[in-house]
Amino acid sequence: MTALTLRRFVRHRMAVASAAILAILGVLTLAAPLVELAMGIGANDIDLLHRFAGPSLAHPLGTDELGRDLFLRLLYGGRISLIVGMATALVAAVIGTTIGLIAGYYGGWLDALLMRLTDGVIALPLLPLLIVLSAVDMSKLGFGDAFLAGDSASVYRMMIIIALVGWTTVARLVRGTTLTLREREYVLAARGMGASGARIMLTHVLPNTVSPITVATTLSVGTIILFESVLSFLGLGIQPPLPSWGNMLNNAQELMNEAPALAFYPGILIFLTVVAFNFLGDGLQDSLDPKAVTQRR
Amino acid sequence: MSRYLVGRLAESLIVLLIMSVVIYTLIGLMPGDPIDIMVQSDPHLTPADAARLKALYGLDKPLLERYANWLEAALSGDFGYSRIQNQPVWTVLAPRLVNSIILMGISFVVSLLIALPIGIYSALKPYGARDYAINFIALGGISIPVFWLALMIIYLFSVRWGVLPASGMQTVGVESVWDKAKYLVLPVITLSAANAGSLTRFMRAAMMETMRQDFIRTARAKGLGRRQVVLKHALRNALIPVVTILALSFGNLFSGALITETVFSYLGMGKLIYDSIIGNDYNVALIALLFATLLTLVSNLLADLCYAWLDPRISYGARQA
Repeated sequence: MTALTLRRFVRHRMAVASAAILAILGVLTLAAPLVELAMGIGANDIDLLHRFAGPSLAHPLGTDELGRDLFLRLLYGGRISLIVGMATALVAAVIGTTIGLIAGYYGGWLDALLMRLTDGVIALPLLPLLIVLSAVDMSKLGFGDAFLAGDSASVYRMMIIIALVGWTTVARLVRGTTLTLREREYVLAARGMGASGARIMLTHVLPNTVSPITVATTLSVGTIILFESVLSFLGLGIQPPLPSWGNMLNNAQELMNEAPALAFYPGILIFLTVVAFNFLGDGLQDSLDPKAVTQRR
Repeated sequence: MSRYLVGRLAESLIVLLIMSVVIYTLIGLMPGDPIDIMVQSDPHLTPADAARLKALYGLDKPLLERYANWLEAALSGDFGYSRIQNQPVWTVLAPRLVNSIILMGISFVVSLLIALPIGIYSALKPYGARDYAINFIALGGISIPVFWLALMIIYLFSVRWGVLPASGMQTVGVESVWDKAKYLVLPVITLSAANAGSLTRFMRAAMMETMRQDFIRTARAKGLGRRQVVLKHALRNALIPVVTILALSFGNLFSGALITETVFSYLGMGKLIYDSIIGNDYNVALIALLFATLLTLVSNLLADLCYAWLDPRISYGARQA
């Protein structure tokens, strides 16, 4: 089955190209400290004498408004954006799968309640809601100053906030699949042998929902990166000096005359990454769902 | 049908009520509180004054009680005052709402005019070079960060070519429709481009699904012309899911409008929401957010109704004999 899936996937050229692009981006951003070492400068080294420098040997993409190296900041920014995107998608998938499994397996009032909740979240205007959530003062929620002063506080906050609204698609998909699987003979057999609900859900139902979950999660990474970048752009997401592709565009609008390149690079990288995840999701869908393929040709 | 409608209305009201509690709580969790901000900006206020003011506005009471008081006032039409603009919230909100409707309305129509023909064309000649190109561009439209698209459009049209204004609503001192229209062009381009991608994909998918149906084969078999099959038989059926998705995608359009308005300093609802949250203008933020929620819920309701109205095969609530 996996060989067949792989063969179908390889036929989807855009998806393969996307996977390659993402792999390159991933390796480059992970290797950011090594690149830093090789270039002999730090990503946060401020050099006010060389602000807005053009591309040169020392700075392959030039420098920003504080004279920091743009290329290194892009690598570190990509790290944050990719990690937030993928980790959040995973958290959201776990929440969605749990809710979908419970709703689909137990049915009845629990199902009705959970699905109303899902519909309710889907019906909300997400961006305004995310803006309020990111404006919440964490110290009022009892988080310690030590945690909030740390660099990573804004990263965790982003992940939690976006995961809170991003689980709905997976929940619906998993519920739908669980509803049909619940009536299968092997599930009945397991129940007849006295397996508990949790055991049936985890060992008999969950493995059969892996493909739709994989597709939905891959597709959601793109959306999540878009949400993170816009919140960071608006000054509500990842907080500087920690770079993310979104917050590197914070000052881009005012600096448009002096340095259009500063506005260009972070955005094109977000764009590329999101396109790649979307194509990857499409490719996975076609290769994991055989029915879609037979309809195609 | 009417029973279904009542049920859906009740459901939407409950969601709105729950959201008002959630948003009220969240706004309360934002940094600072109104009186603290007043104290900071006015050195003559003593802590005793502050405590008295808090008591006056009922801010020393527990959350639930404050919410109940707010709800009672809001239901009787009293939304409170804007802290920043010193005007009743409604006076601040109403013109913003009109501006947003103008921006979103025009962009919506423009994106439809782009997406529907292209989507249909793509579906009629699937898997060709043009279909792939269209698909590619549409996916690009979905994947592009709207704020970055706005920045790039500003760079090209205002900085590079200098043909259109980069931000604002009108030239100071000039009062003409033509002048205002010039300021609308770039925001409309941005929002339409962001919106057209997903619409094209939906239209294409719906059209392809319909073209696979048996009745299309029948229509062809009877010897009807391609034009008639596509326009009369296929399109009408393909539009049913598309109309639903149009209404459902209102939330998306609103999110796009928020970003577009913020980047272009266009004074609409979205920018109001952003500014009021950043500026701790609690009353405005609360009402604007609830309004956005209400609009989204209404459009979702419309989607359901359109669906039933357009497709007689679907009957909500009615028991089949």
